[in-house]
Amino acid sequence: MKEVDARGLSCPEPLMLTADAMKDAKEAVKVLVTEPHQKMNVEKYAKEHGKSAVSTEKEGYFEVVIE
Amino acid sequence: MNLSDSKKKLALAGVICGLVAACLAYFGNPANMAFCIACFIRDTAGSLGMHQAEVVQYARPEIIGLVLGAFIISAATKEYRSTAGSSPMTRFVLGLIIMIGSLVFLGCPLRMVIRMSAGDLNAWVALIGFVLGVGSGVVALKKGFSLGRAHVTNKAGGMVLPLLMLGILVLSIGTTLLKASEAGPGSMHAPLIASLIGGLVFGAFAQKSRMCFAGSIRDIILMKNFDLFSVIGGLFVVMLVFNIATGRFVFGFDTPGIIAHSEHLWNILGMYAVGFAAVLAGGCPLRQLILAGQGSSDSAVTVIGMLVGAALCHNLGLAASGTAANAETGEIVAGAVPLNGKVACIICIAACFVIAFTNKRKEAK
Repeated sequence: MKEVDARGLSCPEPLMLTADAMKDAKEAVKVLVTEPHQKMNVEKYAKEHGKSAVSTEKEGYFEVVIE
Repeated sequence: MNLSDSKKKLALAGVICGLVAACLAYFGNPANMAFCIACFIRDTAGSLGMHQAEVVQYARPEIIGLVLGAFIISAATKEYRSTAGSSPMTRFVLGLIIMIGSLVFLGCPLRMVIRMSAGDLNAWVALIGFVLGVGSGVVALKKGFSLGRAHVTNKAGGMVLPLLMLGILVLSIGTTLLKASEAGPGSMHAPLIASLIGGLVFGAFAQKSRMCFAGSIRDIILMKNFDLFSVIGGLFVVMLVFNIATGRFVFGFDTPGIIAHSEHLWNILGMYAVGFAAVLAGGCPLRQLILAGQGSSDSAVTVIGMLVGAALCHNLGLAASGTAANAETGEIVAGAVPLNGKVACIICIAACFVIAFTNKRKEAK
């Protein structure tokens, strides 16, 4: 699984990195973000591009798996 | 409560914030300033004695309310996170740049929209600079610009700015230590309680809707996303209706009494610096206050940069003057940007380019 570690980065970097990873990924993409609004933005972006997004809260960050 | 999952809810948040701004203008804030972040930070810097411009000194409860509103709502909805460590001194400089650019134009991006809604064509000219500035920031982002990662810190770290704001509020209510203008824009204000409640409401809705003036244009350019733009649209429409309904809509350039000037090049360059620096800092002046309220010490440093920038603007004669009618003769004196302000604006733009192209993500180098 491809992993994007966007923890602690300012907007819009998490979304830009996610978009880049999704562009050429055939497998699932795991995105790590710190802020709740970044988690929401990543989920929304995935859904807008016809993918599913499942988020889980970890210690101090969120993990979003896009498939 | 999630306000950022549909354009309608986002527009509604913009409408509510617009109503707050309109109410505060109605209750006494300078009309087309209403809720200007840059102007109000400048007034607050004046109240603390950081600059001596007597007409712009007042501890604006709106600024205090914005930070505290964002703090309270983020704590209540579990979005408060104390973070720090993403190039704080660079962010300090970006705060300086945002304020200097804003005071060359005479307003932050929020006030630019408020001025646009009042028919002030200077603000429409400045919008060109703002969009170009945001566009320059987007180019830097595409080339891998980053100020690096922030890290989670002690919970109390993120509470420092909200507590300092609370301290300013206590000083302004309970003592006579803080300065307050007796004439000029600083003397024009809504009652303290109205301003404070307005700030709290605006802060809470801005936190929930992620309202950001630089972000709205950035998202359109970067990914054709109009979500954040709908918040701004909502605010613009409410202010437009308010201005027309109360006879405040004056279509034109050299309108006296509205605290604006018609030096087009400098309106463009001032807002160019603001747009560019705001994208590099991850948000407009309003967004910086909100992020600081929800625990970001990096944004708190940007806010401190804006306070210092405001002080520099008035101590070193960088701020522009507004077009005004001479009280005795009635003659209209055109507002202007002083030479010092022009030089500072150019230096700010140069600094934006240096910051934009010297800070890159590790993998983008």
